[in-house]
Amino acid sequence: MAHIVLEKVEKNFSGVTVIPPLDLEIEDGEFVVFVGPSGCGKSTLLRLIAGLEDVTDGTISINGKDSTSVPPAKRGLAMVFQSYALYPHMTVRKNIGFPLRMAKMDKSEQVRRVEQAAAVLNLTDYLDRRPSQLSGGQRQRVAIGRAIVREPAAFLFDEPLSNLDAALRVGMRLEISGLHKRLKTTMIYVTHDQVEAMTMADKIVVLHDGRIEQVGSPLELYRAPRNLFVAGFIGSPKMNFIEGTKAEKFGAHTIGIRSEHITPSPTEGLWKGQVGLSEHLGSDTFLHIQMEEHNDPITVRSGGDVDMHHGDTIYLTPDANYIYRFDDRGLRIT
Amino acid sequence: MMAPAVFLLLVWMLVPLSMTLFFSFKKYLPLRGGDLGWVGFENYIRFVTSSSFWPSVQATLTIVGGVLLITVVLGILLALLLDQPMWGQGVVRILVIAPFFVMPTVSALVWKNMFMDPVNGLLAHLWKFFGFAPYEWLSQASLFSVTLIVSWQWLPFATLILLTAIQSLDREQLEAAEIDGAPALAKFFHIILPHLGQAVTIVILIQTIFLLSIFAEIFVTTQGSFGTKTLTYLIFQRVLESQNVGLGSAGGVYAIILANIVAIFLMRIVGKNLDK
Repeated sequence: MAHIVLEKVEKNFSGVTVIPPLDLEIEDGEFVVFVGPSGCGKSTLLRLIAGLEDVTDGTISINGKDSTSVPPAKRGLAMVFQSYALYPHMTVRKNIGFPLRMAKMDKSEQVRRVEQAAAVLNLTDYLDRRPSQLSGGQRQRVAIGRAIVREPAAFLFDEPLSNLDAALRVGMRLEISGLHKRLKTTMIYVTHDQVEAMTMADKIVVLHDGRIEQVGSPLELYRAPRNLFVAGFIGSPKMNFIEGTKAEKFGAHTIGIRSEHITPSPTEGLWKGQVGLSEHLGSDTFLHIQMEEHNDPITVRSGGDVDMHHGDTIYLTPDANYIYRFDDRGLRIT
Repeated sequence: MMAPAVFLLLVWMLVPLSMTLFFSFKKYLPLRGGDLGWVGFENYIRFVTSSSFWPSVQATLTIVGGVLLITVVLGILLALLLDQPMWGQGVVRILVIAPFFVMPTVSALVWKNMFMDPVNGLLAHLWKFFGFAPYEWLSQASLFSVTLIVSWQWLPFATLILLTAIQSLDREQLEAAEIDGAPALAKFFHIILPHLGQAVTIVILIQTIFLLSIFAEIFVTTQGSFGTKTLTYLIFQRVLESQNVGLGSAGGVYAIILANIVAIFLMRIVGKNLDK
């Protein structure tokens, strides 16, 4: 169980600021996801918490204890790496048991814990194989197994699913969420995939250029983004942004509207445009509509049985309750 | 297409080999009567029953084993050291590799005259500085001295291969071990050393093949005296000092067999290691 507090944490790499001073609090038992585009400093932040990188300034405290200069092994955290970082010359059993061996734990206790972890992760049949003989998903599970045997205060995941194929990723996402429900241990999870963030997190931390843009529950971020970046990053398909005279009518520099809050009609509406590409997903159809005097096409979600074709003229009506207004600095006007 | 190259290689290999085989069955003394006809396996029997045969095999194995031990152990340590980020890394690496470019004859001469000479050698001066009598390296510890010289030559090779192996180690593995609570020594024995296994086998294989035939270092320093007569040197003595080509050729055939046994043995280890 861990309550992690970051105070004015700062990180420079040879003079280049990667993370400007940043405050963050992670509650005990929370599933926190750090999300942001690549290079936003989310992995660095995780490595700072793990102790693999030293902070340039500020303090990190775990359970009320200042852990800023505590070595990684002593912080009581376990980490799952993007490349899994399994030890290739050791069997699965030895890989999972390695942290226990290093802690010089009693042999029978080691065996008990390894077998328990293997049972939890469906690895019992593979205990005597080497990592090279396992599939990607199994390797991922071994890496998680190596983390859970230590019974850590918190788990740190560094983009753990990015090396798996799409189907496996959905499965592992559920498994990790299930693990969190069962263990109720604090988990910090880094990803660039906002779908992973939305589906797994109790709390999402959106990072951009090392700064925290917004912290909140998935639906909070979805419904009440603080600025243009968060509005554009959270949600799929991306929120539509409209500038210029159309936005000025709503008293904003930019307005944003999600694809599901626009009603398309062949006959009447507020905005006029032409149907460009349409993506039929069966349950939904995403129409990309090219508007007059507006360069980027607008994405509109419509029912699966929509009868509109490339080149048709179409009228769009945004739902006034769901129009997000942003000022010229990108902050949302409330 | 390949025929001319294959032909050239075959001739290159087969002519000396078959000539060695041819002479090994003859009594051939160039300065004492020349070709004295076929003698069957007499040369082979004489070569192994001679009192210098087993000591020479022993000397060969001692030198090869000693050099392998020194170069692999020091090579790993040096590679670990050179892997650390430091100022002037490029220059230091070139300096470390430098001994490999020195010709064996030259390096043996340098060691013999500049370091191990009991009168003018640097080591003699060092001994005298601390009040000891200068040590006569090449006569009192001849086998060790030769091993030392050859190790000095081959250490860069081992270091270079092991360094590239260390650099290919996934950093995340070391970080994972760090988080798993492994101290530096445990990280070395559980992560780095197993990762180096393959490179170490390759170093041992390549070095053994070359070390079995070291000659210049012995020729320049002890001329085969004080127990440094290796199999290669014994063959040289039989052919050129005793002018007995037949006997030397028989020794050559033994050397070929020995080298092949070592090679097969090592190939198997490498094969096993590469399978993993």
